[in-house]
Amino acid sequence: MNNTITIGGLVAGAFLALLGAGFAHDDLFAAHMWVLFFCLAISTVVVVRRVDFSGAGRASSRDDQSGYFDEVIRYGTIATVFWGVVGFLVGVFVALQLAFPVLNLEPFLTLGRVRPLHTSAVIFAFGGNALIATSFYVVQRTSRARLFGGGLAWFVFWGYQLFIVMAATGYLLGITQGKEYAEPEWYVDIWLTIVWVAYLLVFLGTILKRKEPHIYVANWFYLAFIVTIAMLHIVNNLAVPVSFLGVKSYSAFAGVQDALTQWWYGHNAVGFFLTAGFLGMMYYFVPKQAERPVYSYRLSIIHFWALIFMYIWAGPHHLHYTALPDWAQTLGMVFSIMLWMPSWGGMINGLMTLSGAWDKIRTDPIMRMMVMAIAFYGMSTFEGPMMSVKAVNSLSHYTDWTIGHVHSGALGWVGMISFGSVYFLVPKLWGRKRLYSLAMVNWHFWLATLGIVVYAAVMWVAGIQQGLMWREYDDQGFLVYSFAETVSAMFPYYLLRALGGAMYLAGGIIMAFNVTMTILGHEREERLPGQASANLQPAE
Amino acid sequence: MAEKHVDEISGVETTGHEWDGIRELNNPLPRWWLWTFYACIVWALGYTVLYPAWPMLTQATPGILGYSSRAEYAAESAGAKIAQGGIIEKISKSSLQEIVANPQMNQFAIAGGASAFKVNCSNCHGSGAAGGIGYPNLNDDDWLWGGDLDTIQQTIAHGIRDAVDPDTRIADMPAFGEMLQPDEIRQVAAYVSSLTGTPKNAALVEPGKQIFLDNCSSCHGEDARGNRELGAPNLADAIWLKVNGEAEIAEQVRAPKHGVMPAWQARLSSDTVKQLTVYIHSLGGGE
Repeated sequence: MNNTITIGGLVAGAFLALLGAGFAHDDLFAAHMWVLFFCLAISTVVVVRRVDFSGAGRASSRDDQSGYFDEVIRYGTIATVFWGVVGFLVGVFVALQLAFPVLNLEPFLTLGRVRPLHTSAVIFAFGGNALIATSFYVVQRTSRARLFGGGLAWFVFWGYQLFIVMAATGYLLGITQGKEYAEPEWYVDIWLTIVWVAYLLVFLGTILKRKEPHIYVANWFYLAFIVTIAMLHIVNNLAVPVSFLGVKSYSAFAGVQDALTQWWYGHNAVGFFLTAGFLGMMYYFVPKQAERPVYSYRLSIIHFWALIFMYIWAGPHHLHYTALPDWAQTLGMVFSIMLWMPSWGGMINGLMTLSGAWDKIRTDPIMRMMVMAIAFYGMSTFEGPMMSVKAVNSLSHYTDWTIGHVHSGALGWVGMISFGSVYFLVPKLWGRKRLYSLAMVNWHFWLATLGIVVYAAVMWVAGIQQGLMWREYDDQGFLVYSFAETVSAMFPYYLLRALGGAMYLAGGIIMAFNVTMTILGHEREERLPGQASANLQPAE
Repeated sequence: MAEKHVDEISGVETTGHEWDGIRELNNPLPRWWLWTFYACIVWALGYTVLYPAWPMLTQATPGILGYSSRAEYAAESAGAKIAQGGIIEKISKSSLQEIVANPQMNQFAIAGGASAFKVNCSNCHGSGAAGGIGYPNLNDDDWLWGGDLDTIQQTIAHGIRDAVDPDTRIADMPAFGEMLQPDEIRQVAAYVSSLTGTPKNAALVEPGKQIFLDNCSSCHGEDARGNRELGAPNLADAIWLKVNGEAEIAEQVRAPKHGVMPAWQARLSSDTVKQLTVYIHSLGGGE
């Protein structure tokens, strides 16, 4: 981006942040504006120090506009790995807080503040960076066009990181509008809207200037994700700030309308952020890694349109047996059931793309990771419709079963497909022959898989036990257990859940090490999987 | 249309397009997938015919079954009430003594009281009603205000030091730090401690006894066995509600801490208060 615009924008932003801190209506806003000021001030110094004053006319390789724009994707890949490890670490901490409440360290590290830090770190920081980086990579390759908008992609990347930092520090300071997965307050929401529109411009602009006659299926999914998230984010966060120099705002919705808007948002954050976006990832990286064609073009069309048409109506299933009118509950449930096959269309297309290359599961740990991701995708998109059935939901709702369901999707599907894509991308982006170590990928695979299995299985047992305890009546019609008793019964499960999470975190740390060593250009000497050992000679 | 291209491994024709080396096979939709999808749609449409579903201008279609979650809840509640066989009505018409004397009502009230206790009382008194520092143990026979049925009911219904209830129980021990010298407080603490244990300095006990008789006995009694009329605790047993050791006795004399129990009649039905009374009375210390 033009240095003058960048530095000017940063300085102006830092100055406004300073004014905001000075004239703030409440202490929290002042504190948050100081955070913003320091972020922008440090960025200004970094940018100024990087400016090349040694002759403007000289063409540097950095200004080469002919090839693909990959520098921002390198940053995005590093950010994905970094935020992933941070998010998993916070997750393990939250899990331990639930098992040992003494770990609620007031005021900044209480569950109420750390829990949204965890969910936002894994969904928006880890998942979001993975989606932005891979979408920039995929859309360029499948359109045979450089990213549209020049430096705008840099604005998207750094603007998004600023959103993450503002959201995270806000949670720890206690700034929240109390909407699940949409906790940031109004001014952070406005910033994300600006960044997201820029993202849409870059992506759509690249598609429009493509040199391929058709738009590849991965890009349909990425585009559906970007457009729908913009709509969901804006509508759900409609709010009136109490003061333009204060943190507090009031939602435009009230009562059951607010609840329904929130879950229309919340469920489609799952549908379009965590499903559609990552399906886009799958549709590029699975055929590339398998070196096989996509199984069925027709299936991809049908399941794409069915998926995005059905998903948007399924949100009310989060509000079964509440003040939400019965008819809306019914519709939420039946649309969730109809969603089952459209979701599985992606699973079929992903798995069947391996036909003719099934042997790669044995020899290629990256392929294995992607296949495991698709398997968990299939499992959780069956579990979801099942849990939306009112009879099942009356047992599962509000229990840890829901947490287990979310994590089999998030750890299994979102995490694993992202890891596979990162392992595919890193050698290509940094021009390395191969990863530092494939054995470490194998370790990561097993740690992550076993971690998810422990996590999900434990939460099933915990959730069903919890649900049964809540509804247990004695023969005279009185509740058998107090709520506190059902909480203390969860202790062993919470302990095991933390163990599962810790295994997943350990896998993430191995990935961070492996990726770092690959970027630095090292290659670990090792026998590649599937490659015969030198000691083993064929008989005869 | 792009040129025809056949994938060598599967022998299936592709769509002829290629993106960054990726092609797409022109496989048909898997039959089982398609038919399951159709089945889900048929099931979904059928469900919306049976249950309230489609929003119209003024209200939604009610569904053939006439289902509503409010009606379902009302029916379940009514069924549970019938299953209880009118015993709650019987309890509400009976005195506490009649309830305890009748095995059927007594058993029901103890179960109901236990259930209500877990939700409302266990936060302070503990799930086993064993209490803790500042919260009385309800399993023993050491009562502050009395352990017969009517007294327990009065305590639950009106609470202790709950300002919103005019009939709440009030016991207001003065802060003797404003009336006695610090060494006098140490002496009286030594005396109280000597009643059930060994004071640190036996020489303080005798002057402490005189101070006790002059200042404390009007409420706690000359023998320090307390007075239930005033809610004054018995100091001659080894059961301590708020203090642990001589130094804390002295602190409680100087600036007493006072606990508060809510008046539960404002939150619970009188039937539930009755059941709680019978349950507490049954725990072991009932009089």
